[in-house]
Amino acid sequence: MLITIKYFGQIVEATQKEEESLEFSGTLVSELMEQLYKKYASLERKDFKVAQNQELVSLETQVSGKEIALLPPFAGG
Amino acid sequence: MADKKVKNVFRQGAIPSHFIGESIYKHQTKTSIGAHNIFLGQVRADIIDNKTVAAIEYTAYEDMANAKFHEIREAAFEKFELTCMHIYHSLGPVKAGEICLFVFVSSPRRKVVFKALEFIVEAIKADVPVFGKEIFEDESHQWKVNS
Repeated sequence: MLITIKYFGQIVEATQKEEESLEFSGTLVSELMEQLYKKYASLERKDFKVAQNQELVSLETQVSGKEIALLPPFAGG
Repeated sequence: MADKKVKNVFRQGAIPSHFIGESIYKHQTKTSIGAHNIFLGQVRADIIDNKTVAAIEYTAYEDMANAKFHEIREAAFEKFELTCMHIYHSLGPVKAGEICLFVFVSSPRRKVVFKALEFIVEAIKADVPVFGKEIFEDESHQWKVNS
């Protein structure tokens, strides 16, 4: 399936882009992350949470095809 | 009084003090209110490794952030007897000394507004995907993390 992935804050320094569409053939969020770590060498050292369809999810969550976002530590206020 | 529509909380740049003043003025017609409480987040000129923070540049996952602000708003109305509530957060660069977050709660009674304001501000810090790039005077940067 084709998945839209958004990157924010310091994650953009690893990916050099704010958004992309990726072909993904696996099942879990953890597999998608493995795919991203292969693509972006410095991403694995970054601290971030994963959101799917605007809700935080765990690595064991199934990838649904909805928008994925990599969110570094929050700094609002 | 809870408003079901998801509002856009974000404003470009710093929140000007006259905007805050006008917000207070607009509530003079709401005479069931007996107490307001206001939180203003201000960009601090932290000194890190002898470098001074000159500004914070804010970005956000805007759709999710506005949805989270909405959830916090709904939860606050559920939990506390509030007449109204307003939240504004900056996007883009905000210089040290300028205001980046404005939270305004109003209620008939004072005790409620102290508790409500703390609940709302702490929830914003913990749950809303807003990111801050601390830009030093020499134009180098680091990423802010809420403690």
